[in-house]
Amino acid sequence: MEISLFDVLGPVMIGPSSSHTAGAAKLARAARQIVGEPFFHVDFALHGSFAETYKGHGTDRALLAGVLGLWEDDERLRDSFELAREAGLGFSFLPEDLGDVHENTVRMTFYLGEQGELATAPTQVIQGSSLGGGRILVTRIGGFDTGITLEAPTIVVMQKDLPGVISSVTAAVAACGVNIGTMRVSRTARGKLACCVLETDTPVGDSLIAEIRVLPHIIHAQAVSMGGEEDHHVHQH
Amino acid sequence: MYTSIESLVALTQERGHPLWQVVLEEEMALSGAGRDQVLEGLAQRYRVMEASAHRALEEALPTAGNLITGLSKTHHAYASNPNSLCGPFLNRVMAMALSGSEVNASMGKICAAPTAGSCGILPAVLVGLRERDNLTLEQVLEGLLVAGGIGAVITRNATVAGAEGGCQAECGVAAAMAGAAAVHLQGGTTLQVVSAVSLALMNAMGLVCDPVAGLVQVPCAQRNASQAVNALLSADLALGGMVSIIPADQVIDSMYQVGKLLPGQLRETAQGGIAATAQGKRIYNQLFHPEALE
Repeated sequence: MEISLFDVLGPVMIGPSSSHTAGAAKLARAARQIVGEPFFHVDFALHGSFAETYKGHGTDRALLAGVLGLWEDDERLRDSFELAREAGLGFSFLPEDLGDVHENTVRMTFYLGEQGELATAPTQVIQGSSLGGGRILVTRIGGFDTGITLEAPTIVVMQKDLPGVISSVTAAVAACGVNIGTMRVSRTARGKLACCVLETDTPVGDSLIAEIRVLPHIIHAQAVSMGGEEDHHVHQH
Repeated sequence: MYTSIESLVALTQERGHPLWQVVLEEEMALSGAGRDQVLEGLAQRYRVMEASAHRALEEALPTAGNLITGLSKTHHAYASNPNSLCGPFLNRVMAMALSGSEVNASMGKICAAPTAGSCGILPAVLVGLRERDNLTLEQVLEGLLVAGGIGAVITRNATVAGAEGGCQAECGVAAAMAGAAAVHLQGGTTLQVVSAVSLALMNAMGLVCDPVAGLVQVPCAQRNASQAVNALLSADLALGGMVSIIPADQVIDSMYQVGKLLPGQLRETAQGGIAATAQGKRIYNQLFHPEALE
């Protein structure tokens, strides 16, 4: 049987919906990790079924909990509005037609910095979909199209689109003894910026990410891991 | 490795092991985890299930629109009535199934088994039997393994998504899993476990997914209660000697085919069935489009 008992008898989650609540929280937690730096405000643009039913399913509370770093089975999820206010995190939710995208899609705009003005703060935009059963897909990071499921540990690298940059990244990963499962590069225009997403067989350490960040022509590098059961217990205590 | 009910049963015969043990062995082979690790993982899931089955019995929980708030508490109070038609045991199982649904709708912690919408059924049956017969945790975990093995086959060969297969794929499958577990916990044979799966799925065949206002509340909570009873009556029919004349794998396939035949309106879109009644639409507007009401 190629299906684990723990997929059938699970996930353990905060209700009511694996797609509209658990998946939304997971997607936002992924976005927080991809951003990887402090932010003081997040705008959520809700599309399709998310826009239609977000209040009834607590999608708004789940998304906010996710950007605060709460897990999908954390009972504090339903108190995320209060938790955000305590943490000084601003937020807004607005329905928006995001075009030809999955029914359960959200675009999250992070305003970067410890604090600042919305009009002048630098932003990072992450868009993704909740596919059902708690599965997610990060479809856009900044201006780049991606297709990240985060079912494996993932490294997201922003770089200048120049010869040799990708091989310097993969060489650094290989030197750490980490195997790359899949790799996808997308770019805005030839010779400008590229986004490189690597899925690895095992989680990568902070030291590798630090190493990648100082390679030539690298703008940003971030490790994203949604964690397995083991990490989870560490996180809860 | 098993890929169907038939091949799962064949493995029990080849190895001379009970069904729960084969499911455990196969999980260990799939995940590379040890026996204790798998059992501890299942025990964690069971603890979440037990808490969700109990939580709303004594306390009405707030839910969006409060469509099912207090249903479990009210039914729990009735369950002790010795003159009830179904008796205290079945009524307590119903109250616990309602509790799981109420916890889920109130943004509490549940274990999707197989889904969040059907999360009340398996816990209600397992906890109900554990309380009635003073079962040990070990025994309950055997039941959970039986249920999980059946659920894995159905997930593989059909679907457990309401959007794909309707309520039969969520609550019907949960009833099949719970019925299988109940037969095992009553000391039934592997053949009886398999019969209960067929019978429970037949009894739920064609059940549509029609949630009022798109919320996982009405008629989901009621279906959790009724499908928990379906699990137990199917288990009893099997234990009483009824053999399904249609093999379980064929029943599973027919459930899948019926799901595909269902129009989109009856697959979790809140466009048909109970959701499309005048009152169902009114509740939807009250909650999400109050400006549309006079």
